[in-house]
Amino acid sequence: MLTCRAFADFLMAYLDEDLPAAQRAEFEAHIRACPPCVHYLRTYEETVKLGRCLCADDDAPPPSDAPEALIQAILAARRKGA
Amino acid sequence: MDAAEEKAFLAALRAGDDAAYEKLVREHSGRMLAVARRFLPGEDDAADAVQEAFVSAFRAIGNFEGGARISTWLHRIVVNAALMKLRSRRRKPEDSIEELLPLYRDDGHAAHPAASWSAEKLVQRDQLRALVQEGIARLPETYREVLLLRDIEELDTQETARMLGISSNAVKTRLHRARQALREVLDPSLRETG
Repeated sequence: MLTCRAFADFLMAYLDEDLPAAQRAEFEAHIRACPPCVHYLRTYEETVKLGRCLCADDDAPPPSDAPEALIQAILAARRKGA
Repeated sequence: MDAAEEKAFLAALRAGDDAAYEKLVREHSGRMLAVARRFLPGEDDAADAVQEAFVSAFRAIGNFEGGARISTWLHRIVVNAALMKLRSRRRKPEDSIEELLPLYRDDGHAAHPAASWSAEKLVQRDQLRALVQEGIARLPETYREVLLLRDIEELDTQETARMLGISSNAVKTRLHRARQALREVLDPSLRETG
Protein backbone atom coordinates (compact mmCIF):
# COMPACT_ATOMS: atom_id res chain seq x y z
CA MET A 1 0.00 0.00 0.00
CA LEU A 2 1.36 3.39 -1.01
CA THR A 3 2.06 5.76 1.90
CA CYS A 4 0.97 9.39 1.96
CA ARG A 5 4.64 10.39 1.77
CA ALA A 6 5.19 8.32 -1.40
CA PHE A 7 1.94 9.74 -2.80
CA ALA A 8 3.25 13.28 -2.30
CA ASP A 9 6.71 12.40 -3.64
CA PHE A 10 5.35 11.08 -6.94
CA LEU A 11 2.41 13.45 -7.33
CA MET A 12 3.92 15.55 -10.11
CA ALA A 13 4.86 12.45 -12.09
CA TYR A 14 1.27 11.23 -11.66
CA LEU A 15 -0.19 14.53 -12.86
CA ASP A 16 2.24 14.62 -15.80
CA GLU A 17 1.18 11.04 -16.67
CA ASP A 18 4.80 9.91 -16.30
CA LEU A 19 4.03 6.94 -14.04
CA PRO A 20 4.03 3.36 -15.32
CA ALA A 21 0.57 1.73 -15.38
CA ALA A 22 1.09 -0.39 -12.25
CA GLN A 23 2.26 2.56 -10.16
CA ARG A 24 -0.55 4.69 -11.55
CA ALA A 25 -3.09 2.07 -10.46
CA GLU A 26 -1.57 2.08 -6.97
CA PHE A 27 -1.82 5.84 -6.91
CA GLU A 28 -5.47 5.78 -7.90
CA ALA A 29 -6.22 3.18 -5.24
CA HIS A 30 -4.64 5.49 -2.67
CA ILE A 31 -6.76 8.41 -3.90
CA ARG A 32 -9.92 6.35 -3.39
CA ALA A 33 -8.88 5.43 0.15
CA CYS A 34 -7.29 8.61 1.53
CA PRO A 35 -9.34 11.86 1.68
CA PRO A 36 -6.42 13.98 3.00
CA CYS A 37 -4.36 13.00 -0.06
CA VAL A 38 -7.26 14.02 -2.30
CA HIS A 39 -7.13 17.43 -0.58
CA TYR A 40 -3.37 17.45 -1.03
CA LEU A 41 -3.67 16.71 -4.75
CA ARG A 42 -6.32 19.40 -5.27
CA THR A 43 -4.46 22.07 -3.31
CA TYR A 44 -1.21 21.18 -5.12
CA GLU A 45 -3.00 21.72 -8.44
CA GLU A 46 -4.50 24.94 -7.08
CA THR A 47 -1.00 26.13 -6.11
CA VAL A 48 0.23 25.67 -9.69
CA LYS A 49 -2.86 27.41 -11.05
CA LEU A 50 -2.51 30.33 -8.62
CA GLY A 51 1.07 30.91 -9.70
CA ARG A 52 0.13 30.85 -13.37
CA CYS A 53 -2.93 33.06 -13.03
CA LEU A 54 -1.73 35.56 -10.49
CA CYS A 55 1.89 36.11 -11.39
CA ALA A 56 1.88 35.78 -15.17
CA ASP A 57 1.16 38.89 -17.18
CA ASP A 58 -2.23 37.78 -18.49
CA ASP A 59 -4.05 38.26 -15.23
CA ALA A 60 -1.84 40.78 -13.47
CA PRO A 61 -2.50 44.50 -13.69
CA PRO A 62 -0.84 45.95 -16.79
CA PRO A 63 2.72 46.93 -15.90
CA SER A 64 3.23 50.62 -15.58
CA ASP A 65 5.73 52.27 -17.87
CA ALA A 66 9.36 51.87 -16.91
CA PRO A 67 10.83 54.94 -15.18
CA GLU A 68 11.95 57.59 -17.67
CA ALA A 69 15.47 57.45 -16.19
CA LEU A 70 15.72 53.76 -17.14
CA ILE A 71 14.45 54.42 -20.66
CA GLN A 72 16.98 57.21 -21.11
CA ALA A 73 19.79 55.01 -19.73
CA ILE A 74 18.93 52.26 -22.22
CA LEU A 75 18.81 54.71 -25.13
CA ALA A 76 22.11 56.25 -24.00
CA ALA A 77 23.70 52.79 -23.85
CA ARG A 78 22.63 52.23 -27.44
CA ARG A 79 24.06 55.57 -28.58
CA LYS A 80 27.36 54.64 -26.93
CA GLY A 81 27.27 51.41 -28.90
CA ALA A 82 27.30 49.33 -25.73
CA MET B 1 1.10 45.69 -34.23
CA ASP B 2 0.11 43.17 -36.94
CA ALA B 3 2.59 40.94 -38.76
CA ALA B 4 3.18 43.39 -41.64
CA GLU B 5 3.71 46.32 -39.26
CA GLU B 6 6.09 44.24 -37.15
CA LYS B 7 8.08 43.32 -40.26
CA ALA B 8 8.41 47.00 -41.23
CA PHE B 9 9.32 47.88 -37.65
CA LEU B 10 12.02 45.21 -37.60
CA ALA B 11 13.42 46.56 -40.88
CA ALA B 12 13.61 50.04 -39.31
CA LEU B 13 15.48 48.61 -36.30
CA ARG B 14 17.92 46.83 -38.55
CA ALA B 15 18.47 50.05 -40.47
CA GLY B 16 19.44 51.74 -37.18
CA ASP B 17 16.43 54.07 -37.07
CA ASP B 18 16.63 55.99 -33.76
CA ALA B 19 12.87 56.52 -33.55
CA ALA B 20 12.25 52.79 -33.98
CA TYR B 21 14.67 52.01 -31.15
CA GLU B 22 12.99 54.52 -28.88
CA LYS B 23 9.59 53.02 -29.71
CA LEU B 24 10.95 49.54 -28.96
CA VAL B 25 12.26 50.61 -25.56
CA ARG B 26 9.16 52.62 -24.61
CA GLU B 27 6.74 49.87 -25.64
CA HIS B 28 8.50 46.91 -24.05
CA SER B 29 10.48 48.19 -21.06
CA GLY B 30 7.50 48.24 -18.65
CA ARG B 31 6.60 44.63 -19.29
CA MET B 32 10.26 43.57 -19.23
CA LEU B 33 10.69 45.32 -15.90
CA ALA B 34 7.69 43.39 -14.54
CA VAL B 35 9.35 40.11 -15.63
CA ALA B 36 12.72 41.09 -14.12
CA ARG B 37 11.04 42.01 -10.82
CA ARG B 38 9.68 38.46 -10.51
CA PHE B 39 13.25 37.14 -10.42
CA LEU B 40 15.03 39.99 -8.65
CA PRO B 41 13.60 41.55 -5.50
CA GLY B 42 15.75 44.70 -5.65
CA GLU B 43 14.46 47.43 -7.96
CA ASP B 44 17.99 48.46 -8.99
CA ASP B 45 18.87 44.88 -9.96
CA ALA B 46 15.63 44.53 -11.94
CA ALA B 47 16.33 47.80 -13.80
CA ASP B 48 19.92 46.70 -14.50
CA ALA B 49 18.66 43.39 -15.90
CA VAL B 50 16.29 45.23 -18.25
CA GLN B 51 19.06 47.53 -19.43
CA GLU B 52 21.41 44.59 -19.98
CA ALA B 53 18.66 42.74 -21.82
CA PHE B 54 18.10 45.67 -24.20
CA VAL B 55 21.82 46.01 -24.84
CA SER B 56 21.92 42.27 -25.72
CA ALA B 57 18.87 42.69 -27.93
CA PHE B 58 20.38 45.69 -29.76
CA ARG B 59 23.48 43.63 -30.50
CA ALA B 60 21.47 40.64 -31.68
CA ILE B 61 18.79 42.42 -33.70
CA GLY B 62 20.54 41.45 -36.93
CA ASN B 63 20.18 37.79 -36.03
CA PHE B 64 16.54 37.99 -35.00
CA GLU B 65 14.76 35.88 -37.56
CA GLY B 66 11.33 37.38 -37.24
CA GLY B 67 9.67 33.97 -36.87
CA ALA B 68 8.76 34.81 -33.29
CA ARG B 69 7.15 38.01 -32.07
CA ILE B 70 9.56 40.71 -30.92
CA SER B 71 7.86 40.65 -27.51
CA THR B 72 8.47 36.89 -27.14
CA TRP B 73 12.11 37.32 -28.17
CA LEU B 74 12.63 40.17 -25.70
CA HIS B 75 10.90 38.15 -22.99
CA ARG B 76 13.44 35.33 -23.35
CA ILE B 77 16.32 37.81 -23.33
CA VAL B 78 15.18 39.56 -20.14
CA VAL B 79 14.58 36.22 -18.38
CA ASN B 80 18.13 35.25 -19.27
CA ALA B 81 19.53 38.60 -18.10
CA ALA B 82 17.61 38.33 -14.81
CA LEU B 83 18.92 34.78 -14.26
CA MET B 84 22.49 35.92 -14.88
CA LYS B 85 22.08 38.73 -12.36
CA LEU B 86 20.42 36.43 -9.84
CA ARG B 87 23.38 34.08 -10.08
CA SER B 88 25.85 36.89 -9.62
CA ARG B 89 24.00 37.85 -6.41
CA ARG B 90 23.58 34.31 -5.10
CA ARG B 91 24.32 33.88 -1.43
CA LYS B 92 26.17 30.80 -0.33
CA PRO B 93 25.23 28.50 1.21
CA GLU B 94 21.62 28.63 0.08
CA ASP B 95 18.80 28.09 2.61
CA SER B 96 17.48 24.54 2.61
CA ILE B 97 14.00 23.88 1.24
CA GLU B 98 13.45 21.05 3.73
CA GLU B 99 11.90 23.26 6.36
CA LEU B 100 9.21 24.32 3.87
CA LEU B 101 8.28 20.77 2.80
CA PRO B 102 5.44 18.72 4.32
CA LEU B 103 6.25 16.61 7.39
CA TYR B 104 5.46 12.89 7.70
CA ARG B 105 5.30 10.48 10.60
CA ASP B 106 7.43 7.35 10.64
CA ASP B 107 4.53 5.31 9.22
CA GLY B 108 4.41 7.58 6.12
CA HIS B 109 1.19 9.42 7.07
CA ALA B 110 1.16 13.21 6.91
CA ALA B 111 1.90 14.89 10.24
CA HIS B 112 -0.63 17.58 9.31
CA PRO B 113 -3.24 16.01 6.98
CA ALA B 114 -4.25 18.27 4.11
CA ALA B 115 -7.66 19.95 4.11
CA SER B 116 -9.50 21.72 1.30
CA TRP B 117 -8.94 25.42 0.61
CA SER B 118 -11.63 28.02 1.03
CA ALA B 119 -13.36 28.95 -2.21
CA GLU B 120 -14.16 32.32 -0.67
CA LYS B 121 -10.48 33.08 -0.07
CA LEU B 122 -9.53 31.81 -3.53
CA VAL B 123 -11.53 34.53 -5.28
CA GLN B 124 -9.88 37.44 -3.45
CA ARG B 125 -7.48 38.04 -6.31
CA ASP B 126 -5.49 41.01 -5.05
CA GLN B 127 -4.80 39.51 -1.62
CA LEU B 128 -4.01 36.16 -3.26
CA ARG B 129 -1.56 37.72 -5.69
CA ALA B 130 0.39 39.29 -2.82
CA LEU B 131 0.26 36.02 -0.87
CA VAL B 132 1.56 33.96 -3.80
CA GLN B 133 4.30 36.49 -4.58
CA GLU B 134 5.42 36.49 -0.94
CA GLY B 135 5.34 32.69 -0.92
CA ILE B 136 7.49 32.46 -4.04
CA ALA B 137 9.93 34.96 -2.54
CA ARG B 138 10.40 32.62 0.46
CA LEU B 139 11.64 29.75 -1.72
CA PRO B 140 15.40 29.14 -1.89
CA GLU B 141 16.75 30.66 -5.11
CA THR B 142 17.55 27.45 -6.99
CA TYR B 143 13.95 26.31 -6.43
CA ARG B 144 12.39 29.72 -7.04
CA GLU B 145 14.10 30.11 -10.42
CA VAL B 146 12.80 26.72 -11.60
CA LEU B 147 9.26 27.50 -10.44
CA LEU B 148 9.37 30.91 -12.12
CA LEU B 149 10.67 29.53 -15.40
CA ARG B 150 8.31 26.53 -15.55
CA ASP B 151 5.09 27.70 -13.91
CA ILE B 152 5.13 31.47 -14.40
CA GLU B 153 7.17 32.08 -17.58
CA GLU B 154 5.84 28.74 -18.93
CA LEU B 155 9.10 27.47 -20.41
CA ASP B 156 9.21 23.71 -20.99
CA THR B 157 11.42 21.34 -18.99
CA GLN B 158 14.14 21.10 -21.64
CA GLU B 159 14.40 24.85 -22.16
CA THR B 160 14.48 25.44 -18.40
CA ALA B 161 17.23 22.82 -18.04
CA ARG B 162 19.23 24.47 -20.82
CA MET B 163 18.91 27.96 -19.35
CA LEU B 164 19.95 26.79 -15.89
CA GLY B 165 22.63 24.36 -17.03
CA ILE B 166 21.06 21.43 -15.13
CA SER B 167 19.48 18.13 -16.17
CA SER B 168 15.79 17.73 -17.01
CA ASN B 169 15.45 15.41 -14.02
CA ALA B 170 16.88 18.09 -11.73
CA VAL B 171 14.33 20.56 -13.15
CA LYS B 172 11.49 18.13 -12.41
CA THR B 173 12.70 17.41 -8.88
CA ARG B 174 13.20 21.07 -8.00
CA LEU B 175 9.87 22.08 -9.57
CA HIS B 176 7.95 19.49 -7.56
CA ARG B 177 9.64 20.49 -4.30
CA ALA B 178 9.12 24.18 -5.05
CA ARG B 179 5.41 23.58 -5.68
CA GLN B 180 5.13 21.51 -2.50
CA ALA B 181 6.89 24.22 -0.49
CA LEU B 182 4.71 26.96 -1.98
CA ARG B 183 1.61 24.88 -1.15
CA GLU B 184 2.77 24.57 2.46
CA VAL B 185 3.41 28.31 2.68
CA LEU B 186 -0.06 29.16 1.27
CA ASP B 187 -1.93 26.50 3.23
CA PRO B 188 -2.39 28.30 6.59
CA SER B 189 -3.90 31.34 4.83
CA LEU B 190 -6.18 29.41 2.48
CA ARG B 191 -7.23 26.38 4.53
CA GLU B 192 -10.97 25.98 5.06
CA THR B 193 -11.79 26.74 8.68
CA GLY B 194 -14.71 25.74 10.85
